[in-house]
Amino acid sequence: MTIDSIVLILIALPLIGALVNGTIGKKLPNIVVGTIATSVMLASFICAVLVFSQFQKTQLIHLFSLLKLDGFQLNARFQIDALSIWMTMIVTGIGTLIHLFSMGYMSHDKGYYKFFTYLNLFIFAMLLLVLGSNYFVLFFGWEGVGICSYLLIGFHFSDLEKGISNSIAARKAFIMNRIGDAGLLFGLFLILAQFGTLEYLDLARLTGPGHGVAQTMLIGITLCLFLAATGKSAQIPLFTWLPDAMAGPTPVSALIHAATMVTAGIYLVVRSNFLFELAPFTKDIILYIGLATSLVAAFIALRQNDIKKVLAYSTVSQLGLMFVALGMGAYTVAIFHVTTHAFFKALLFLGSGSVIHAMSDEQDIRKMGGLAKKLPITHATFLIGTLAISGFPLLSGFYSKDEILGHALAANPLLYGILMVSVAMTSIYMFRMYFLVFFGSFRGGEKAASHLHESPLIMTLPLMILAILSVFGGILNLPGLFLHSGAHWLNDFLSANTAGLNLLLAEHLAASTTLILMFVASAMTLLILIWAYINYAKKQKLALADEELHGWQLWSNKKLYIDELYALVFVKPIEFIGTLFYSNFDIKVLAKGVYSFAQLFSKLGGVTRKWQNGVLSSYLFWMLIGLISLISYYFIKLQVWNF
Amino acid sequence: MTAELINWILGGLSIGSALMVVFSKHPIRSVLYLIVTFFLVSGLYIMMNAQFLAIVNIIVYAGAIMVLFLFVLMLLNLNKATEPKTPLLVMLSSVGAAGIFVLVLIAALKDSFIQKSGQVAGNLNAGMVENLGELLFKKYIVPFEISSILFIASMVGAVLLAKREKPIID
Amino acid sequence: MNPTTTNLSASIEFYILLSCVLFTIGALGVLVRRNMIVLLMCIELMLNAVNLLLVAFSTYYGQGDAQIFVFFIIVVAAAEATVGLSILIMAYRNNKSTDVGLFKTLKD
Repeated sequence: MTIDSIVLILIALPLIGALVNGTIGKKLPNIVVGTIATSVMLASFICAVLVFSQFQKTQLIHLFSLLKLDGFQLNARFQIDALSIWMTMIVTGIGTLIHLFSMGYMSHDKGYYKFFTYLNLFIFAMLLLVLGSNYFVLFFGWEGVGICSYLLIGFHFSDLEKGISNSIAARKAFIMNRIGDAGLLFGLFLILAQFGTLEYLDLARLTGPGHGVAQTMLIGITLCLFLAATGKSAQIPLFTWLPDAMAGPTPVSALIHAATMVTAGIYLVVRSNFLFELAPFTKDIILYIGLATSLVAAFIALRQNDIKKVLAYSTVSQLGLMFVALGMGAYTVAIFHVTTHAFFKALLFLGSGSVIHAMSDEQDIRKMGGLAKKLPITHATFLIGTLAISGFPLLSGFYSKDEILGHALAANPLLYGILMVSVAMTSIYMFRMYFLVFFGSFRGGEKAASHLHESPLIMTLPLMILAILSVFGGILNLPGLFLHSGAHWLNDFLSANTAGLNLLLAEHLAASTTLILMFVASAMTLLILIWAYINYAKKQKLALADEELHGWQLWSNKKLYIDELYALVFVKPIEFIGTLFYSNFDIKVLAKGVYSFAQLFSKLGGVTRKWQNGVLSSYLFWMLIGLISLISYYFIKLQVWNF
Repeated sequence: MTAELINWILGGLSIGSALMVVFSKHPIRSVLYLIVTFFLVSGLYIMMNAQFLAIVNIIVYAGAIMVLFLFVLMLLNLNKATEPKTPLLVMLSSVGAAGIFVLVLIAALKDSFIQKSGQVAGNLNAGMVENLGELLFKKYIVPFEISSILFIASMVGAVLLAKREKPIID
Repeated sequence: MNPTTTNLSASIEFYILLSCVLFTIGALGVLVRRNMIVLLMCIELMLNAVNLLLVAFSTYYGQGDAQIFVFFIIVVAAAEATVGLSILIMAYRNNKSTDVGLFKTLKD
């Protein structure tokens, strides 16, 4: 088979799975539904690996043209290059594992078939997003993942206790994403107006040396695209939806809100690198926003007590790190971190899912503790995930973070210092959570304690696979310190033939600097590990009840009051204006106008209604009158006026 | 001349009996006058050399449909003049409307354009059984067969409607 | 060539006139009578008026097609009479009357 057909199969499979489960899934037994959904994902992943192994150079697969105008066309076309195939592998690979996990996790859920339909549909949309050869297909997938995210966050909308808050969380995510989508749309319009095409390759050529595009235009385009990225990838100012999105089932949080969809913003920027390279101003903004997000989110995560909330803010913080890398122009490094982050964050989320499953849907870490003995596999894999995200030496997160830190040091020592703070906070909250959940004594009461159980193999297997990936993921992009060949494999692979990236020179740090960096980072992580062990595992410094918090802890616990700030600045005024218009314009003018108009016709109808009296002969009488008039009219017309 | 005279007599009589259909008090009489009208119309058909239709008209209309009417009348014992009297206003306006209608119709059709050359190519024996049979079983065979479906449908409908069910209680 | 001497024994205008009058009498019957069974008869009368005109023109032009139409009209009239009468029986059974005014309630 040619690459073309494999790629098409790869994209079509999740759609087929979604269609099958969406139409007849309700009648099938759960095991069949789950198997269908998981096996199409596995097949899709195998296809992706096949494409990866066969692929040589950038390749376009043209399906059809949606719209052809003079000199401009919208194509349903896919582009196979290093970046897209790499993202495809991440999406399908992690997707397969999470489908597998969901088969166990969702086993008691009534909407089993619906869940897998949405998941498959999400994967389809995500594949469109990463494989499209132009911004139009990307936009299509972008909206597709948005709607799937909405559906899955509000998946338990009919839940008795939390149904309403789930729906509100889903709505919040949807609306916040809409703001970003508006940015994307405007970006696309600007690109169309300036270049007249949406194809990446054409755009890369048009923005080559001597392009002659105005700087303001480029800044406008890139800022719009970056707004879209902040929406999807939860950056300041649009990041508050992601923690709320944890209302969805945990596999969803792992797949969509940690590993894949939220990295769409990163992908967008990397894909448009040729545009961003021409707009240094936007790159600076990306850098600062990423830095601020990373710090703020890490700070908030310090005193969160919901196991998923901690991970959610951690995700936001890590995404911030990636944007810092993008802001420095280290696109491949960002993708490297996307990859390792997908491994360990999916692992952590699935691990937390396993914990929640064991705790009978309890998510508060204050009620956990001492779970290490009861959940050995979950504990071991969770530990690996925690170490990986904290940058423990030789695990995957260590390499990807150090790459970012190294670039930061090369750019500006101050930047490096601030990033180190963020990284340190990451380690602190992760170890705090880890020790509170798995060490000490159980705090959830007798009833919950009797329910504790290790998850079945179908759930622990993905955990183990992800744990292995989290440990060895760093091999993908080893620093060129001790090696002479094989280093920076991912960097070289990505930049080899991705449009734009192949023009940038890969930046490699000096060996001695790398060594110092690694040493500092490792030392810091180890110190924090010991500190956290003493504080949270030995002394059992319990997270305090909400009322006892004060000072910075309160601010952290209350998420810096950002939701409240948004409510005050945006929601309240809009509500006020809305109420004003509703009570004045809507009720007094519109409703009244429409109502009186309807009244008019009702009265008119009352007049003609008398004609419908039910007496047959009167109907015939009027019919006769009508016939007489008609015939007379034509007769007179013919006889008198003669035409 | 004789033929024309017969035509006039038949036409005048049919109009008269048609009026009697409308204005007799007893429904039975209406039926009988209607049968007379059909016979007269059949006579007109014969005068127009349409023997087949004349016979069909008598057999189907006078013989079958009208007997059905009579049968229903007698079955339900409706031969009393129970009909409420039509109000004078309705009567007057109806007669007026009908009068105007016939006037307008005649006025409109009197001078209407009729293709005078048509009868040249025509067949004198168009209304004969042989000729009609040719047409019916060749050109119009499909509608002919479909009409049998119509009959079955109406038969089923009639049986369903007239079947005695549980009395409807309002 | 005068058509009345060839195919028709009277002028075509005579048949038009006769048919119009018969049709109007039928319509008048529907207007003034209230007995449903008479109403059905008046409808038959109107159909007959139409048939007469069709046959007249068929003979006038010397073509049989219109007579086939008449044949089909008779077929349909038979079906219609059957269904109409069974509806009438049904109505009579429910109301013990054949007054057409009973159908007033159909408008609701």
